[in-house]
Amino acid sequence: MTHRKRSFGSQSFSQNRRQSSSSGTQEDHEDSMFTQPSTSQVLRGLENLTPAQVDQKTSEVIQYLLVKDQKKIPVRRADLVKHVVKDYRNVYPEIMKRAARTFEQVFGLKLVEIDSKHHTYILINNLEAADRPPPVQCPANPKLGLLFVILGVTFMKGGVVRENVIWNTLKKLRVDSGEKHEEFGDVKRLVTEEFVRQRYLEYVRIPHTEPMEHEFRWGQRADMEVSKAKILEFMGQLHEQDPQSWTQQFREAQSSSSSQR
Amino acid sequence: MARQMGDSHRRFLQTMMINGITDEHSVKALYQYCCEVNKTPHVPDKLDEFIDTINSKLQAMFMQIRKGMSEVDGHQYYVLVNMAETNITRMSSDYADNELELFRKIVDLTVCSENGKVSSTDILNITDTMTTKKLKKSETEHLLSRLVQDKWLCEERGEYTLSARCIIEMEPYIRTMYQDHLKVCHICHSLAFQCQICENPTCGIKIHNPCVARYFKRRTEPRCPSCDDFWPHEIPEVR
Repeated sequence: MTHRKRSFGSQSFSQNRRQSSSSGTQEDHEDSMFTQPSTSQVLRGLENLTPAQVDQKTSEVIQYLLVKDQKKIPVRRADLVKHVVKDYRNVYPEIMKRAARTFEQVFGLKLVEIDSKHHTYILINNLEAADRPPPVQCPANPKLGLLFVILGVTFMKGGVVRENVIWNTLKKLRVDSGEKHEEFGDVKRLVTEEFVRQRYLEYVRIPHTEPMEHEFRWGQRADMEVSKAKILEFMGQLHEQDPQSWTQQFREAQSSSSSQR
Repeated sequence: MARQMGDSHRRFLQTMMINGITDEHSVKALYQYCCEVNKTPHVPDKLDEFIDTINSKLQAMFMQIRKGMSEVDGHQYYVLVNMAETNITRMSSDYADNELELFRKIVDLTVCSENGKVSSTDILNITDTMTTKKLKKSETEHLLSRLVQDKWLCEERGEYTLSARCIIEMEPYIRTMYQDHLKVCHICHSLAFQCQICENPTCGIKIHNPCVARYFKRRTEPRCPSCDDFWPHEIPEVR
């Protein structure tokens, strides 16, 4: 991963893509120095700022989150405060509240904290999944199709599946993880790195396996964005079976759609 | 007075955000799709109003959905543009500072060029004038291919032009920066880079290639709409 210098406003920083770890990173240290201001502190802070200033800062936060979300990169609160919020950190909760409201009302997106320890945010789609794809060519569409197959197989196997099952399934669909694919390129990298970084999948080592084996699970973004009921319907069509015949998965799909959103 | 945004607007906006630039035909189909999915009535003539509703809410975030013509095929395209002056935009997060400096220099070369085209040699030469960290030849070539892939520039036979997306997105910036050097199409009044020029030295008006095609369609003797001199250039076909 190459480190590149970027400049945000007057500050420059190197883009480090570190996985969140339990050992203290620079961002952790800065985040721990950021204590969430109290309501009275926020109110006092707002008194010293014009509405235009708060609106401007909120716009910048929205822009920043949208840009990161285009690449499906989760955003850490520490980065957001350091690079965008800056001097407005004392009214941070108010800015985030307004940003969340704008995301819902204008963009149909939901701002969700997926990691309460490191305070990491993602934007998920708040709109109902359409029954048919849009008439516009989206570059991401084929990848999502591939992802759906993986999510489907994983779900049908009870939520966890050994990687070999996935590689074999994909091979039957003529997507060979060992070869460079015409559409997807390096399939293994796409599935085990890109989809994982985007929080669609989890790719976890199975301990004590030699050679090293992994298993796939649904990631947090998939849990929130993808309807299990829709996956079940999709699998039903694929196997020409009534989704209700898979009673356990059907029950799980029913309970998850009531808890989603 | 703009209406409130509904899910059909939001769905439309989400798709526009993903694509960066969308042709008019797809936009109309997308508008219909978003209304149908949301079970709201679809009125084909009201696309502009539909987009105005979205734009009224985007204004606070310095974003707008803008429409413009491609200098190459003459068709209309829609772009979700970012008008903020800050560095928190998509382009500045995809490219390093020195890459952005070179990009601005390429825009500069294009604006000052005769035909809106800049050769790769010219671009490589201009890296010498960079004030941020100079890009090496290989880095420049890699940057150019990324700029083409991200649809900021177009490339043909080693010559680079500004893409429709680039022109639509950067029009305000270009108009402000280059007030004196600006070429505007005599027919459609948009910025003109790839265009034909009247050879009359006292006239010199510019017309986009697609605008030439439409304006002079089926005329046996093409004449300059401004000075009436014979229009000497080859009239392209309407695409």
